[in-house]
Amino acid sequence: MAIENACQISVTNRQQVFKVPKGEPLLMAMEKLNQRAIDVGCRGGGCGLCKVKVLQGDYQTKRMSKAHISEEEAALGFALACRLTPLSDLELESDHFPLKK
Amino acid sequence: MIKGVMRPGHVQIRVLDMDEAVKHYVELLGLIETGRDNQGRVFLKGWTEVDKYSVILREADEPGMDFMGFKCVDEATLDTLAADVRELGIEVKEIPAGDLPDCGRRMQFVAPTGHTFELYATKEQTGKWGISDVNPEAWPRGLKGMKATRFDHCLLYGDDLEGNLKLFETLGFGLAEQVLDPEGNKAALFLTASMKEHDIAFIKHEEKNKFHHASFYLDTWEDVLRAADLITMTNTSLDIGPTRHGLTHGQTIYFFDPSGNRSEVFCGGSYFYPDHKTITWKVEELGKAIFYHTRELNERFLTALT
Repeated sequence: MAIENACQISVTNRQQVFKVPKGEPLLMAMEKLNQRAIDVGCRGGGCGLCKVKVLQGDYQTKRMSKAHISEEEAALGFALACRLTPLSDLELESDHFPLKK
Repeated sequence: MIKGVMRPGHVQIRVLDMDEAVKHYVELLGLIETGRDNQGRVFLKGWTEVDKYSVILREADEPGMDFMGFKCVDEATLDTLAADVRELGIEVKEIPAGDLPDCGRRMQFVAPTGHTFELYATKEQTGKWGISDVNPEAWPRGLKGMKATRFDHCLLYGDDLEGNLKLFETLGFGLAEQVLDPEGNKAALFLTASMKEHDIAFIKHEEKNKFHHASFYLDTWEDVLRAADLITMTNTSLDIGPTRHGLTHGQTIYFFDPSGNRSEVFCGGSYFYPDHKTITWKVEELGKAIFYHTRELNERFLTALT
């Protein structure tokens, strides 16, 4: 089923590609599709489990914990996927949470 | 309460967005807002709590816990316990009355795991919300959401559990339950100053000063199931449950506030007297110890912290 106004998300480190509706936070949109390209934690910008690095594309973010995304990192494309809304197709890397067990 | 610590009295939680946080703690959990201060902090309580507030929300760039306070029987106990803590080589700072509104002086110190704790003995008592203390009705009308009855305990993650055990034993807490690794090292501590199975718990983790959850008490399993319904109805971020813990045997559900701080509502559980032998769980059975039904840890339990 085609999604209207979809953004294509390519998660390069896990070789996964899926389409999410425009305007929804990326992580929760991914969960609804039963995709597992990004680890899911608190879904509130606090825990850092869904930390990604956007390599290409436009997006907006809501406030994220400074403990996980500093201003410098945000400028380099790092973000928490639960606080990130895609505005275009995106190419990104997941698994940037440093304490993964 | 052997040395005069009565109960968990308050916790100050950092949130990314105050309006969203208040909605979570008031509309969903059912806490009562009892005040705001000129720093923008919001003060809340469960309806059965007699003191004016037990949860303090502060807006900040990084979610997590600022400090947790224990209420003691009287002012003299604060000086005795502060002296005992200083004996351990831990610095204790006295914060004057009024620094927290409607609260007396607080003895504050940093535990070996990096968490800030404080002791106090005086706070304005407004009584249980919505019912009288003469011929009280069973419960007040007008409670919201999950109708959480009280702030109950916190679970915190940090590195030096042996150091924390020594500190909390010095404060008169008993070790109700523990998790041990095959070498006999402590992987978790469930400590109590009361008849409850835990007033504070710690799990071993490589970083200092991490917050796992603040927990609120419900009366029945039916209430926990109703909380689960409300989590879905409000599209709230679910962690896991409803289920039962092995540790403490409480019945529980975990979910997250809009800033990623974990909340728990739970009911039931074991009880503790000071002559009880410490219950031991082996780390090899950690799945069952944490989630008694699935007997499997979800990775989030160990890694999603603020």
